[in-house]
Amino acid sequence: MYRYDEFDTTFVRQRVDQFRDQVDRRVSGELTEEQFRPLRLMNGLYLQLHAYMLRVAVPYGTLNSRQMRKLAFIADEYDKGYGHFTTRQNIQYNWPKLPDVPNILDHLADVEMHAIQTSGNCIRNVTADQWAGAAGDEVEDPRPYAELMRQWSSLHPEFSFLPRKFKIAVTGAASDRAAIAYHDIGLRLTRSANGEIGFEVLAGGGMGRTPMLGVTVRDWLPKDELLAYLEAIMRVYNLHGRRDNKYKARIKILVHELGAEEFTRQVEEEYKRIDAPRVMPPAQELVRIKDYFAPPVYEDLPDQSPELARCMSDDADFAQWVDRNVVAHKQPGYAIVNISLKPVGGVPGDASSGQMRAVADLAEQKSHDEIRVTHEQNLVLPHVRKSDLYGVWQTLKTHGLADANIGLATDIISCPGLDYCALATARSIPISQDISRRLGDISRQRDIGDLKIKISGCINACGHHHAGHIGILGLEKRGEEYYQITLGGSGDETASIGEIIGPGFSSETVTDAVETIVDTYVGLRQDGETFLDAYRRLGPNPFKEAVYATH
Amino acid sequence: MPLIKDGQFVEDSWTVLQQDDEVPPKGDVIVPLERYLSDTDELNRRVGRVGVALENTADPDDIAPYLNDIDLVALTFPAFTDGRAYSQARQLRHHLGFGGELRATGNVLADQAGFLKQVGFDAFEVTPNQSIDIWVKASEAVTLAYQRGYDGNRKTRDKLRPSPLPQHPSDCAAVAEQSAPA
Ligand code: HEM
Ligand code: SF4
Repeated sequence: MYRYDEFDTTFVRQRVDQFRDQVDRRVSGELTEEQFRPLRLMNGLYLQLHAYMLRVAVPYGTLNSRQMRKLAFIADEYDKGYGHFTTRQNIQYNWPKLPDVPNILDHLADVEMHAIQTSGNCIRNVTADQWAGAAGDEVEDPRPYAELMRQWSSLHPEFSFLPRKFKIAVTGAASDRAAIAYHDIGLRLTRSANGEIGFEVLAGGGMGRTPMLGVTVRDWLPKDELLAYLEAIMRVYNLHGRRDNKYKARIKILVHELGAEEFTRQVEEEYKRIDAPRVMPPAQELVRIKDYFAPPVYEDLPDQSPELARCMSDDADFAQWVDRNVVAHKQPGYAIVNISLKPVGGVPGDASSGQMRAVADLAEQKSHDEIRVTHEQNLVLPHVRKSDLYGVWQTLKTHGLADANIGLATDIISCPGLDYCALATARSIPISQDISRRLGDISRQRDIGDLKIKISGCINACGHHHAGHIGILGLEKRGEEYYQITLGGSGDETASIGEIIGPGFSSETVTDAVETIVDTYVGLRQDGETFLDAYRRLGPNPFKEAVYATH
Repeated sequence: MPLIKDGQFVEDSWTVLQQDDEVPPKGDVIVPLERYLSDTDELNRRVGRVGVALENTADPDDIAPYLNDIDLVALTFPAFTDGRAYSQARQLRHHLGFGGELRATGNVLADQAGFLKQVGFDAFEVTPNQSIDIWVKASEAVTLAYQRGYDGNRKTRDKLRPSPLPQHPSDCAAVAEQSAPA
């Protein structure tokens, strides 16, 4: 994992001091709330319905045990004993008090963390494949580049007052677990025809009220040109992105209005004029960063573990958990463990301080001190010996973290919605809890198979509903909440935007509608066909007929 | 408007003219781009320096042919959240090599001072009640920058701790490949 050097430490401390001064000026009344707003937003501090919310960056979703314990400490000391992991691999605290925030930031700086640019119209925390460095299908580990971009985007002098927020995601794998097509810029490490590794560069993806998939602006970019090329894209956007209407201000609208071809031409034109050698880090800088991401020292192990096989045959619950939550690691004898933060009927993404400490201990003892946060609001222990899996599972179980539902119907993404969010038009957490309880029976979930249900409490789409196999959008009409359902969305390498199936449903009937859709799939699927495959084959009609016939 | 240069308030010798204002026979004037383009020769010939004010939607390439005759470019921030002029400044300094005064006007706040200097601004028109102490303190709150190739006095990592290895950016990937951990 990356470690701060003196430069990074000084930088983050200076930023904390600067913010402490800004908070002091706000508390003393020297700054009005209006003047303070953009300053606090540059540091991840939102004003929500009931209190401030602080969003802490977990760069590309990577944490060590010390950092996780600090997050638990902050949850106990400054919040109500829990934190909320988000779809952008960050963590949010819902109840900090304004004068405490600089102290929280100091605590974070102690463990090389910060809240820089977790909100505001700037380049946000860069996200990456949560299995980076561990997955077998990877061309190259994307994290060194994510770290390079974290540094490059931090307090960027030119790109801190963009038309709108800006999100970058990077993956090094063929299977896209980072939803790159739904980002303002998406990057995929890929091999050129002659075998050299570079980036495919996508731009113009996004969710919100006008969901769009990114278009490829470069099939292949040499790796060492990354920052210079990003500078070109950012400059074209900063100069020409719309600022007259905040709903049209994302880069997706610019790409759409100019057309992919013209947008690409402008980027390439700008790129030619950039003095790339001046902008790019010297070669040894990338080497320095890469060294931190050297693979852990693995033991030489046989790939099969007799202990694992025995425990799986002795304990059916464990076997089910392995089947859903454990995936192949590139190193023989090791596995990637996915920890579900989606207990049936729980709040998606919430973790108590006790759970955070339990995960930290497990990471330290069993996973080379590494933890990942996923954009599906779960956690990962990336490097666990297969022979340790049973012990890890038992520990997780005692902390309520052993739900065997990764990728299943109850592994729901949900935004905070009306329970917390000032922009919400409807509740989303209670709907996710209701659906989760309804479909919660584990054998039923396993029978249904891979299914992504995603819920947003308003058109902003923080809950990624456009990318849900079943997407639910909470809206409001004459004081009544209602829920629009979309089907067929996907955030993976076959990315697609979900289609609205028809009139919305009340909070009482939306769960019935979801269940009907699921049952319709189960009735119509062919051998081994997932929900998404079936939908793509059948189209919306059978689902519409079933849902609107019964409601 | 009070003007800040080199961390202190200074006398402003420039007169700002609108599109149809009469040009005084001598003295330094800042004119809108349109005016400069229509009266280029007249403005260049007169006694006194000439500066051009660009809207933040203007393309700096429009004044590229005249930059040797222009002593000042004024860029504007209609709202401090409207960051277009940062990129215009960067293009003027780096693509076009403009070496004259680059002035920030409009909604210019102390908390932005550091960024403004980094993209190449060296003169700042601020609101009348700005205190110079707060300005200087804010502009020096952060002394480091991750971005290479920008201006200002924030130090980048390689400037802070010069590194012994040769710096050939084009070899970046190659070096990285060789020394990547096995
Ligand atoms: C509670 C306070 C929150 C507020 C006020 C808020 C506000 C917004 C707004 C206004 C947008 C639309 C931006 C646009 O399209 O231009 C948005 C999008 C988004 N937010 Fe939030 N959000 C909040 C919480 C969250 C949480 C908790 C998460 C993660 C779980 C999140 C993740 C996202 C994502 C992934 C998007 C979609 C990105 C895209 O449009 O491309 N937000 N948010
Ligand atoms: S989708 Fe809407 S309700 Fe949900 S968190 Fe985002 S802004 Fe709030």
